[in-house]
Amino acid sequence: MNAIISISRRNFMIGVASTAGGLSIGFNLPFIKPALAEGAGTTPEVPEVNAWVVIRPDDTVVVRIARSEMGQGTLTGLAQLVAEELNCDWSKVTTEYPSPAKNLARDRVWGNFSTGGSRGIRESHDYVRMGGAVAREMLIAAAAAEWKVPASECTATKGVVTHAASDRTASYGQLAAAAAQMTPPANVTLKDPKDWTIAGRPLPRLDTADKLNGSQIYGTDLKLPNMLNAAIRACPYFGGKVKSFDAAAVAGMPGVRTVVQVGDTAVAVVADTWWRAKTALDALPVTWDEGPNRQVTSASIAAMLEEGLGADDAFIGNSQGDAGTALSTGRTVTATYAFPYQNHATMEPMNATALYTPERCEVWVPTQNGEASLAAAAEAADLPVQQCEVHKIHLGGGFGRRGMQDYVTQAVQIARELPGTPVKLIWSREEDMLQGRYHPITQCRLTGALDADGNLTALRMRISGQSILAAVMPQRMQDGMDPIIFQGLTAASPEGHIGYTIPNLLVDHAMRNPPIPPGFWRGVNLNQNAIYLECFMDELAHEAGVDPLAFRRKLMANHPKHLAVLDAVAERIGWNTPAADGVHRGLAQIMGFGSYVAAAAEVSVTDGQLRIHRIVAATDPGHVVNPAQIERQVEGSFVYGLSACIYGECTVNGGRMEQENFDSYEVMRMAEMPEVETIILPSGGFWGGVGEPTIAVAAPAVLNAIFAATGKRIRTLPLKNHDLA
Amino acid sequence: MARLIINSTPHEIEVDPDTPLLWVIREQIGLTGTKYGCGVAACGACTVHIDGAATRSCVLPVSAVGPDQQITTIEGLSPDSSHPLQQAWLQLDVPQCGYCQAGMIMAAAGLLTQNPNPSDEDINNEITNICRCGTYNRVRAAIKLAANGGEATQRG
Repeated sequence: MNAIISISRRNFMIGVASTAGGLSIGFNLPFIKPALAEGAGTTPEVPEVNAWVVIRPDDTVVVRIARSEMGQGTLTGLAQLVAEELNCDWSKVTTEYPSPAKNLARDRVWGNFSTGGSRGIRESHDYVRMGGAVAREMLIAAAAAEWKVPASECTATKGVVTHAASDRTASYGQLAAAAAQMTPPANVTLKDPKDWTIAGRPLPRLDTADKLNGSQIYGTDLKLPNMLNAAIRACPYFGGKVKSFDAAAVAGMPGVRTVVQVGDTAVAVVADTWWRAKTALDALPVTWDEGPNRQVTSASIAAMLEEGLGADDAFIGNSQGDAGTALSTGRTVTATYAFPYQNHATMEPMNATALYTPERCEVWVPTQNGEASLAAAAEAADLPVQQCEVHKIHLGGGFGRRGMQDYVTQAVQIARELPGTPVKLIWSREEDMLQGRYHPITQCRLTGALDADGNLTALRMRISGQSILAAVMPQRMQDGMDPIIFQGLTAASPEGHIGYTIPNLLVDHAMRNPPIPPGFWRGVNLNQNAIYLECFMDELAHEAGVDPLAFRRKLMANHPKHLAVLDAVAERIGWNTPAADGVHRGLAQIMGFGSYVAAAAEVSVTDGQLRIHRIVAATDPGHVVNPAQIERQVEGSFVYGLSACIYGECTVNGGRMEQENFDSYEVMRMAEMPEVETIILPSGGFWGGVGEPTIAVAAPAVLNAIFAATGKRIRTLPLKNHDLA
Repeated sequence: MARLIINSTPHEIEVDPDTPLLWVIREQIGLTGTKYGCGVAACGACTVHIDGAATRSCVLPVSAVGPDQQITTIEGLSPDSSHPLQQAWLQLDVPQCGYCQAGMIMAAAGLLTQNPNPSDEDINNEITNICRCGTYNRVRAAIKLAANGGEATQRG
């Protein structure tokens, strides 16, 4: 089964005729450094060596980065891969984003822009390295032609081409213009990763300095001449829409320019400043057509899923042996788990700035998928895609939410009411919380059978709940089945397969889709699947009277990479030696996003108060492009995963979400942050992701440690709803 | 008309007195390093200094700031990113997406002004800003690095 994750909503780009490009109406970006804003054309005086590499006369190397930087470090990692093959001077490297419209105009020379599923590097490492290698050969060819010597006698090192026999050298900056005229070589050989000197090293990020002094421009910070600001409110009832609003009531408020309905579902106020727009919006009388879902509550959704736990309609994700028969004999254990809705809660609320004229539409937006943003802009503007452009901006967090384009559509719809005037739309935090594309809700009933020796002979996992693909990418469904619901649980997949050999195994899914819009949320379905599987393995081990590590190891002989990361965390945490007084341990492992991951946690529970002292995490992503960035992603993943485990829950009442801000949607803060030790175990031979997989082992490792500490099995998240005393 | 001193520069501005200081700084003064995150003083992305004290500006009406009070934003923390915290942040490569980091640095600077050598407990109590990327451990390490004059220590 193919479980590759894609956040791209649209496949329209392929095959779209591309004739335009360069239709810019001459807007400049006075507050954005070219290197961080629109690329591929910001330095027209310097011809590119190829699509990936521009080298300026001062030897600055501009590496084009197609994927979006949202904190995960992909910008730096991809630049390292290009620079590695280019043999340039790393200290001279800077980056720029090519624009989605130029990608379209150039037959998608930069490939996929979609940034999600921990795919930024693992899906593009080959062609970006190729881009660097081809550029290197063109630079060498240019020098050889100039010196009238065979290219084979020239070498390129640290941004300089040398012909040793004649003792001549030329810098890349001197050669770039001539190199651009060279014919690209038909074949290049990529370096063996063991020979890397730039890639594979823990280099500092390229984008840190501007984040320390306020000069980094995010979408919310954008300033354009004559720009207006918009605040928006969409119907908070899922499936509802606007019935009426009284624009006249706020038309005279300070700074207000106009009040517009946005599609069927939302109302926006446009004003000179965002604060004035929001103030007027808060005062605007709006009546909603509350739609068909006013009776929907968290309880009604839970009942819908509970019915699915025993229903006959189910899609099979993994089937080995005969679980049904095997579970009818021997000692069985059954448990039901539940994982709630979560909001992405990026620190930067959704936003987009649009400038519309009847001939052209431009959008400036922090997006995880520039091409999907372009498609949304063209559709909302009702213009050919060739007459639209998207300018990508660094994201103040993405986590999957910014793969969706609803805010782009809204910004263009608003800008159409004000042709020729740029309008910046910023969602309030409340809008962000109420108009999420939520981590889907599921429950899981697990039954395991143990033989007389305490061996696991059969496992049945029935997942009941919501499909992401059915809502956002129905074209990826397979005969009605959502393949990604089974993340980490499938039999054989390079994306993530189960790490246990269980003679009789059945994993299936009863799809139950409540009327709440789901989305890809960092870690996606691996998060809850790891909780279900790994907490239940702990339950089975306890029932069998076997140490949880030993219990797992017996099932992992055929899964050496899963086992290696599990053994690594067990060894580092000191599994076979006693913990400090009052401290208890838990383990978990899973595979997802192409990487093998495991975690061990140490916790204490005193008078019901949980304290997570220490996490050890191991990851085998195959190849390592930047170990320092992997450490950061792993540390951060525990904040994301433990926030969900401890606090994360969006509850539904009256057909809408109840949580509207961080005061009711609490997240983890500094005081609760455990120490995190990261072990990187690259076994080579494959490319796994690192932004997401370790999230999945955070919660089960901690939950298993909580059981060790308290004897309580927490099967319904989040923890805040439980008394641990 | 309000008079505000921001990063040592006086400004005379026309503003509704109820406007939160955050939006005056961002939209009228044009300094966008200070961020909007929640609007209810829950996340700390909007942290600035008022007379040296870290303050969440998203719920503070501009009328509550006196004409002689010194407002400092991330842009004014140092002229050239040379504040010990900015240097420590750079050395440890703390930010991920970076959106919360100006508020983090300003909160930390406020802490170090009051308490030049904070313990873990002090940091836990004072730095309650939200970071969704999860930079907390590096934020803690950078505060300690800055407090120790740039010399790294083990977390303890």
